[in-house]
Amino acid sequence: MTVTTVTPEAPVAAQRGKPVGGGLLDPKQLWKSLPDAVRKLDPRTLWRNPVMLIVEIGAVFTTVLAITDPSVFGWLITVWLWLTVVFANLAEAVAEGRGKAQAATLRKAKQETVARRLTGWGTDAEREERVDAVDLRQGDIVVVEAGQIIPGDGDVVEGIASVDESAITGESAPVIRESGGDRSAVTGGTKVLSDRIVVKITQKPGESFIDRMIALVEGANRQKTPNEIALNILLAALTIIFLLSVVTLQPMAIFAKGFQAAAPDTQAINADGVTGIVLASLLVCLIPTTIGALLSAIGIAGMDRLVQRNVLALSGRAVEAAGDVNTLLLDKTGTITLGNRQASEFLPVDGVTPEQVADAAQLSSLADETPEGRSIVVLAKTGYGLRARDEGVMPHAHFVPFTAQTRMSGVDIDDRQIRKGAAAAVMKWVRDNGGHPTDEVGPIVDGISATGGTPLVVAECVTGPSGTTARTLGVIHLKDVVKAGMRERFDEMRRMGIRTVMITGDNPLTAKAIADEAGVDDFLAEAKPEDKMALIKKEQEGGRLVAMTGDGTNDAPALAQADVGVAMNTGTSAAKEAGNMVDLDSDPTKLIEIVEIGKQLLITRGALTTFSIANDIAKYFAIIPAMFAAVYPSLDRLNVMRLDSPTSAILSAVIFNALVIIALIPLALRGVRYRPSSASKLLTRNLWIYGLGGVVVPFVGIKLIDLLIQFIPGIS
Amino acid sequence: MGVVFVLSLIAALAVAYRFLGDYMYRVVSGTRHSAVERGVYRLVGVNPAGEQTWGVYARSVLAFSAVSILFLYGFMRLQSYLPLSLGFDNVMTHGAWNTAVSFVTNTNWQWYSGESTMGHLVQMAGLAVQNFVSASVGIAVAVALVRGFARRRTDQLGNFWVDLTRITIRILLPISVLATIALIIGGAVQNLSGGTDVTTLGGATQHITGGPVASQEAIKDLGTNGGGFYNVNSAHPFENPTPWTNWIEIFLLLCIPFSLPRVFGRMVGQNRQGYAIVAVMSVLAIASVALTIGFESAHGGTVPQAVGAAMEGKETRFGVPNSATFAAATTLTSTGSVNSFHDSYTALGGMMPIVNMMLGEVAPGGVGAGLYGILVLAVITVFVAGLMVGRTPEYLGKKIGAREIKFASLYFLVTPALVLIGTAAAMATKNHETALNVGPHGFSEVLYAFTSASNNNGSAFAGITVNTAWWDTALGLAMLLGRFLPIVLVLGLAGSLARQQPVPESAGTLPTHRPLFVGMVAGVTVVLVALTFLPALALGPLAEGL
Repeated sequence: MTVTTVTPEAPVAAQRGKPVGGGLLDPKQLWKSLPDAVRKLDPRTLWRNPVMLIVEIGAVFTTVLAITDPSVFGWLITVWLWLTVVFANLAEAVAEGRGKAQAATLRKAKQETVARRLTGWGTDAEREERVDAVDLRQGDIVVVEAGQIIPGDGDVVEGIASVDESAITGESAPVIRESGGDRSAVTGGTKVLSDRIVVKITQKPGESFIDRMIALVEGANRQKTPNEIALNILLAALTIIFLLSVVTLQPMAIFAKGFQAAAPDTQAINADGVTGIVLASLLVCLIPTTIGALLSAIGIAGMDRLVQRNVLALSGRAVEAAGDVNTLLLDKTGTITLGNRQASEFLPVDGVTPEQVADAAQLSSLADETPEGRSIVVLAKTGYGLRARDEGVMPHAHFVPFTAQTRMSGVDIDDRQIRKGAAAAVMKWVRDNGGHPTDEVGPIVDGISATGGTPLVVAECVTGPSGTTARTLGVIHLKDVVKAGMRERFDEMRRMGIRTVMITGDNPLTAKAIADEAGVDDFLAEAKPEDKMALIKKEQEGGRLVAMTGDGTNDAPALAQADVGVAMNTGTSAAKEAGNMVDLDSDPTKLIEIVEIGKQLLITRGALTTFSIANDIAKYFAIIPAMFAAVYPSLDRLNVMRLDSPTSAILSAVIFNALVIIALIPLALRGVRYRPSSASKLLTRNLWIYGLGGVVVPFVGIKLIDLLIQFIPGIS
Repeated sequence: MGVVFVLSLIAALAVAYRFLGDYMYRVVSGTRHSAVERGVYRLVGVNPAGEQTWGVYARSVLAFSAVSILFLYGFMRLQSYLPLSLGFDNVMTHGAWNTAVSFVTNTNWQWYSGESTMGHLVQMAGLAVQNFVSASVGIAVAVALVRGFARRRTDQLGNFWVDLTRITIRILLPISVLATIALIIGGAVQNLSGGTDVTTLGGATQHITGGPVASQEAIKDLGTNGGGFYNVNSAHPFENPTPWTNWIEIFLLLCIPFSLPRVFGRMVGQNRQGYAIVAVMSVLAIASVALTIGFESAHGGTVPQAVGAAMEGKETRFGVPNSATFAAATTLTSTGSVNSFHDSYTALGGMMPIVNMMLGEVAPGGVGAGLYGILVLAVITVFVAGLMVGRTPEYLGKKIGAREIKFASLYFLVTPALVLIGTAAAMATKNHETALNVGPHGFSEVLYAFTSASNNNGSAFAGITVNTAWWDTALGLAMLLGRFLPIVLVLGLAGSLARQQPVPESAGTLPTHRPLFVGMVAGVTVVLVALTFLPALALGPLAEGL
C-alpha cells in the first residue's frame, strides 16, 4: 500500500533544470524583524559572533568620542557603525522570522487533546480511560477512532485507518496507516479520518515529533556546524590581524605626524595620531563584517530551505554532510523505477498468434488486482484492441488466485484452464497435465531476464472430447519502467562527483539491465539489509560519505550508520529515530535535492567570505589616503576613486560597509545560484562573480556614496 | 647579459628541481642508515627505528634548538679564552643572545661585523655548525608536514633526530663541499689567517682579514642562512669575487627551496601537486624580481636621475639588474645575505625586499620553512575555495576542518603580529631614533628590521644602529618566536592531518594542481599581505616613493 500521493513522474520532471532556490524576501519582513534586531544588540547575545561584537565595541567607543567632542562627521560615523550591527542582527532575525512563522502553524496542530488510554489491552480486563494527551507515557496504549486526533507519536498495533497528516506535511490527501509492516508509524496531532486504530505511544512526554519540528524550525537550539566553526575561526584570525594592524598604526602615525609637524591637523589625524573615530572606522571596514553579519543567517536559511521542501534535518551537521556526500544509495523501486513492473509485450510460441496470447493473458488477469495484473489488461487493450471483459459477463469463470505455493494465478472457464506465472511453475503445470512445453519458451524467458525484465509464462489446458491437451501459449514481458529524467539526474550527479548505487532485491542480471538503463554507476543486487549495511561501512572505510533513504525497521541500522540518512515519514518510528533527516513527503528522489541544498549552503558561505575579504582592497584605497594624505601628500595618489575629502571618503567606506550587508541579505537567505557541475567549473564561476565582483563593486559603491554625501554640510 | 643571467639560472633550477628533488625524496624516505649515521644515533642515544608523534617531534625540535642557543651563547661569551680568537673580546651579553638566536633560527641577523667580532673558532665550530643544523631543522619540519599529508590514520610523523642527521649528512654537507670548491676556484678566500696589514694607495694602513670564507659562504647560501663572514656580506670580494660566483651563490640559495616541492609531490604520490606549489613560488618570485629590477632601473629620485643609474650602495662589478636580482632572491628565500645595500635602493625598489619578506618567506622561502609556509597558505586557500565548490574543503584528500584551520590561522597570525607589534613598540619607545634617517625612510629602516627578524630572513636594510640592548633583545625575541611558534603550529597541523583517512578524489573535488588554483594561492598570499601591511607600507616606502 503506497501512500505517496504525488504522481510518480511529476516531481522529477517538474524539478528538472530548476535551480534550488528559496522563497523571496518580503521587505515587510525586514521591518517586522527590526525589534528583534535591536534586541540582539545585547552583548550577551552578540558574543557568539565575535566579528560583530568588535563592531559594537567600536560603536560604543565612537559614541563616547562623539559625545565628548561632537562633530557632524563623528556622529554620522557613530550612527552608521550602530546601523552596521543592527543590519547584521536584522539578517539573523529575518532568517529566524521565517522559521517562527512555520512554528506558529505547527503549534496550532499541537492542540490540547484527550487521549483514550486502554489498560490491560489484549486481555480480558481491557478498560478504557480518558487522560490528557500530555500525561501519556512511553508504552501507553491508546485507541483512536474516525474524527479524533492522534494524541501522540506511536506505532499502530491494531487496525488500519486513513489519516490526515496535513498538519505536518501540508499534503491534504489522506494516507493509510496500518499495524505491522513499514507503514505503522503515526504522528501526534494528525487526524484519523476513517476506521479505528490502536496505537502504542513511543514518544516521551514533550518530545513529540511536532515538538522537535517546532524547535528545529525556530532554531531554538541551533548548534554551529563543523564548517561554520572552522570558518568562524578563520574570521576571528582575520579580525585579530586587522585589530593588530589598526592598533599598531597609532605609534607609526604619531611618528609620521611628528616628522611633518607643519602639516595641518585634520579630522583624521593630529599630533596625537589618528583620531579614535577614524581608527574605529578603519577597523570596522577591514574586519570581515559582511560574512560575519550574514554567517548565521546563511545557516538558518539553509535549514529553512529544507523545511520548505518538507524535509526536516535533525541537525545542521547532517545538512553540511549532504553537501559532502560521495555515494548515494538509492532503492530501485519507487526511486529509480516506478513502483511496479508493467507488461510491455506478449511473445507467442509454437504457432500461437499474438492475439491468442493477449486474449489468454487478459482473461487470466481480469481478477488480478496487482499493478502487474492491471498492466496486462491495459496492454491487451492498447496493443491488441481487446476490451476488458467484466468478471460478471462470464458467469462460468472461476478465478484462481495467486499463492506462494503454486506461484501462478489464472482462470477456469468451463473446460478451459488458463494459468500465468513464473516460468518453472507454469511449465511444471503443463507437464503435470500431460503437455509438452515447447523448447521455444526457454530462450525467450532467458532473453527477457537478461534485459532485466520479468517473464510470465501463459499456458492453457483444454479438456475436450479427445482428452486434455496442455500447451504453453506464450510469454508476457513485464518490465521495470525507469522514471523519466532519471538518467539526466544521474549524469548531473556524476559531474558533481557523486557515485550512485542502486539497491535492489532483484537478481544480478535484472539489476544490471535496469542499472544500465537508468544510468547509475553501480548496483547492489539481491540486497538484504545486512548487505546494505556492509556496503555503507565499506564505502565509509574508504573515506567516503554515504547518503541513503529508508523507511522500514530493517533499514534503521543502515540509516543510523549512513552519514545522511533520510527516513520517509511514512516509515516506522524506528527508521525515523535512526535517520538524521525526515522527509515528510516520503519521496525518495528528494535525496538528490538535499545534496544540492547542502552544497548550496557551503557555496554561499565561501562566496560571501571571498566577497567580504576582496572588499577590503577598495576600502584601503579610500581610507589610507584619507588618513595620511595630509601628512604625506604623495599618498593622495592612492586616492584612485578621487573621493571628495578625507571625511567623505571614510564615511563613504563605512556606509558602504553597512549597506552591503542589507543588500546581501536576500542572497544569504536564498543561497547563491547553484547548478550541478564539476568543482573546477563551480570555482571558476564563483571566483569571477564573488572574487572579482568583491574587488570591483566597492570601488563603484564607495564612489557613488561619496558623490551623494559630499553635499552634507560638515563632511566636505 | 641580464637576460642570460636570469634564464640560465631558471634552467639550472629546473634541472635541480628534478634531480635534487628526487635525491632529497630518497634521503628523507629511505630506511637504511649509513655507518656514520648509526654512530651518531648511538652517540645521542636515539633509536632510529622509533617514530614520533607531533608533540614529541615538536619537543625534540625545541630541545635541540634550546641546547644550540645555550651552546652558542656560551661559546661567544667565552671566546677570548679559546684558540683562534684572533684576539677578539668576549661578545657582550645582549649581543651574544641575539647572535645565538639568530643563527639557531636560520635568520642570521648580524648586528656585528663578522671580521672584527668573531674569531675563527666561533665562526667555524659555532656559527657554521648552526648554518647546517638550523637549515636541517627547517627541512625536517617541512618533511614532517608533508608526511602529515601523505600518511593516513597514524599519529607518527617520523623521527626528528633521523631526519636531522640524514639531511645534514646526505644533503647539505656534500653540496656544500662541491660549492666551496667552486667558490675557491672563483677566488673566494679559504684559510685560517689572522689577517694581513697592507698599506693602501692612499698611504693608510688597512687590516685585511682572511679566514674560512669560502666554506662559510657555501652553506650560508645553500642553507638560506645568510650570515656573512664579512660585514658587507656577499658584496665583499673575498666572499663573492666575480659575476659568475654571484650566479653560483644565487643558485645555491634557491636550489633547495625550489626543489622541495618535488619532494612534496613525490611523497604525496602526485608529482603534479609539486609542480603546482613550485608554480606558485615561481609566479611570486618572477613578479617580484621583475618589479625590483623595474623599480631600480627606473631610478626615480634626484641623484640617480642625475647620474643615470641608482648605483649608490651597489658594486660596479655586479651592476643594477644583477644586484636587484640578488636582493629579490635573498629576501624571497629567507637567506638575508646581500651583495648591495638595500637602504640605498630607490624607495619602491627598497620596498620590494620588505614585501618579499612580508609574503611570509614562501616564494620559495627558506629551506623547509618556505615549503611549510606555502602549504599553510594553500590550506587557507583550499578552505575558502573549497567552500565555494560546495564541499567541506579538502587538500590532498585531507579535510580542512576546525582543528586544521585553527593551526593554519594561528600560523598566519604569528609573523604579522611580531612585525607590527615590534615596529610599533620601537616607534612608541623612541628606539627608532638609532636609525640613520628620519621620516618615511627612517620608518622603513625600522620596519625592515622587524620584518627581517620575524620572518627569519636576516638581511638588513642597514642604516640603523641595532647593537643596543633594546634592539638586540627585541629582535632576538622576534626571531625566536617567528621561528618556533610557526614550527610548533605546523607540526600540530601535520599531526591532525596524519590522523585522517583521506577522502577519495572525484569530480566534485577541488583540483589543486590546475593553474586556477595556483593563481588563487598566489592571490591569497598577496592579498592577505597587502591587507595586513598596507597601512605600515603607506607610511614608509609608499609615502617616500609615490
